[in-house]
Amino acid sequence: MNQTPPDTPDTLDQTPGDNQPPVLSVGELSGAVKRTVEDSFGYVRVRGEVSGFKRAASGHLYMTLKDADAMIDGVCWRGSAGRLEVQPEDGLEVIATGRVTTYPARSKYQLVIERLEVAGEGALLKMIEERRKRLAAEGLFEIERKADIPYLPEVIGVVTSPTGAVIRDILHRLADRFPRQVLVWPVLVQGDNAAAQITAAIEGFNRLGPDGPVPRPDLLIVARGGGSLEDLMAFNEENVVRAAAASDIPLISAVGHETDTTLIDFASDKRAPTPTAAAEMAVPVRSDLIAQVGEDGARLTGAITRLVRSRNQEVTALGRGLPAPRRILEGAMQRVDDWAERLRPALTRVLRSKDEAVAAQGRQLVQPDQYVDAKRRDLASMVARLAAVKSAGDGKIERDLRDTHSFGQRLDQAAGRMLADAGQKLASFESLLESYSYKGVLERGFVLVRDASGAPVLAADALAPGDGISLSFRDEGIVGATVDSVGGDMPAAKAAKPRAPKTAGKPKKKTSPDDPQGTLL
Amino acid sequence: MAKDETQAEIPADIAKMSFEDALAQLEEIVRNLEGGDSALDDAIASYERGAALKRHCESKLRQAQARVEKISLGADGTPDTEPFASD
Repeated sequence: MNQTPPDTPDTLDQTPGDNQPPVLSVGELSGAVKRTVEDSFGYVRVRGEVSGFKRAASGHLYMTLKDADAMIDGVCWRGSAGRLEVQPEDGLEVIATGRVTTYPARSKYQLVIERLEVAGEGALLKMIEERRKRLAAEGLFEIERKADIPYLPEVIGVVTSPTGAVIRDILHRLADRFPRQVLVWPVLVQGDNAAAQITAAIEGFNRLGPDGPVPRPDLLIVARGGGSLEDLMAFNEENVVRAAAASDIPLISAVGHETDTTLIDFASDKRAPTPTAAAEMAVPVRSDLIAQVGEDGARLTGAITRLVRSRNQEVTALGRGLPAPRRILEGAMQRVDDWAERLRPALTRVLRSKDEAVAAQGRQLVQPDQYVDAKRRDLASMVARLAAVKSAGDGKIERDLRDTHSFGQRLDQAAGRMLADAGQKLASFESLLESYSYKGVLERGFVLVRDASGAPVLAADALAPGDGISLSFRDEGIVGATVDSVGGDMPAAKAAKPRAPKTAGKPKKKTSPDDPQGTLL
Repeated sequence: MAKDETQAEIPADIAKMSFEDALAQLEEIVRNLEGGDSALDDAIASYERGAALKRHCESKLRQAQARVEKISLGADGTPDTEPFASD
């Protein structure tokens, strides 16, 4: 720091011999102040509390730094703002590094901030806690995001300082437990560039392809030895925490001692209290595994041996229960022999009976020439019969003529005989009829009474006194009479009447004209 | 037993298994066989698989050479490796 007072007197010296200071323009004074201030405070570190923090649309940051006694405006231009390791916020105790400059147009001065760091442990812890809450609210630390650590990784990537106890402890412990391929990504673990390098290493390991020249690790260890809170700050930085949370490769964080907790521990898949513990989490103990595999192998062999042996015993035991095969066969063989013996005669019998059947059928067979002879004989007889029929046909007409004559004669004779027979029968029926006539009754003395109409009177009731009646007698005489009385008073008179017989000659006369038929014969 | 022969006997699906999975399956097979309920054919198939798993585990355990390399970034930022010597 130069002595500021001597600069100003130089310009004022131009008025000699006068104790009065020279008169300056406002611009001259402001310019002089600006030079003085910027020369004297071109690089300062100021501790104070941030207040009135504002991020302008241009990207510049404006704030006031204050303490109990004073305040000073501060600005952080956009270019520097992007590089700030600490994001200013109201109430944060910071140490700002930068230069003081004036703004002559407003008679103001301000601090142009190049770097910010958190001042004091309490302030640092408060800032870390607030950052943790913010990232937790984003879900970066969710348990669901945690990946399982592989049981036996092939390749382990270690992000740490290539020098010092940490990498040595890790490599030793890995070699003791289970030697593996290890890729060390050397980084600064404290200081301005540490966070950026650690972030690049985590992201770089994740970018490695499975088949690239550099093998992709199965597991990452991000480690650092113990140190002050400020020493460990890189592992609290947001970009490191985000890279750890985003890592697709399972990641173990091992930063500081067991009591130190950094934000990367919240984002990692597993937190190891120390780098050595991280190596123990990374690989199992090889000799234990060899023993375990050996024991499993022995159990495997033992189990299969026992299994086979016990099955063997079962088979043997079951085998004893089996009857001797010969005994099973003997019965069967006997049955086979038995049936075999019966087989040949049976076949012979069948053949013989078939033979006989064939012979019998054969005997019934007609020899073809005999058959032809028979048919020929049939034909000859048919021919003969045909000839006979033909000659018979020739004589048939003559014979029919003769027959007609003889039938005519026989008809005449028969007719004559029939007429004669009929005449005789007629005569006998006539005398028979005569004998049945009422005239016969009249012959025996009875009288036939008729009424006026000529109808016979069969009962006395049909008559009344005064009716005219006629009486027929046997001599065909008819007497007319009148009824005197009707009743049972004069039985003598009635009884006397039938005594007068009467005959009717008419039927006799009717038959007689038929007689001449007999003369036809 | 030469290493190549052992490898040749290991079925492809087992050769691809991680040590942890192979060990877990081996132990499951051992437990099942010790149960003694399996059909003989199954038991023998299980045994053969178990034996292959054991060989696979052993071969994984034999691959225990520490090889430590350091990542070095090329001019274009491509990572490469070089031998690492701590201390």
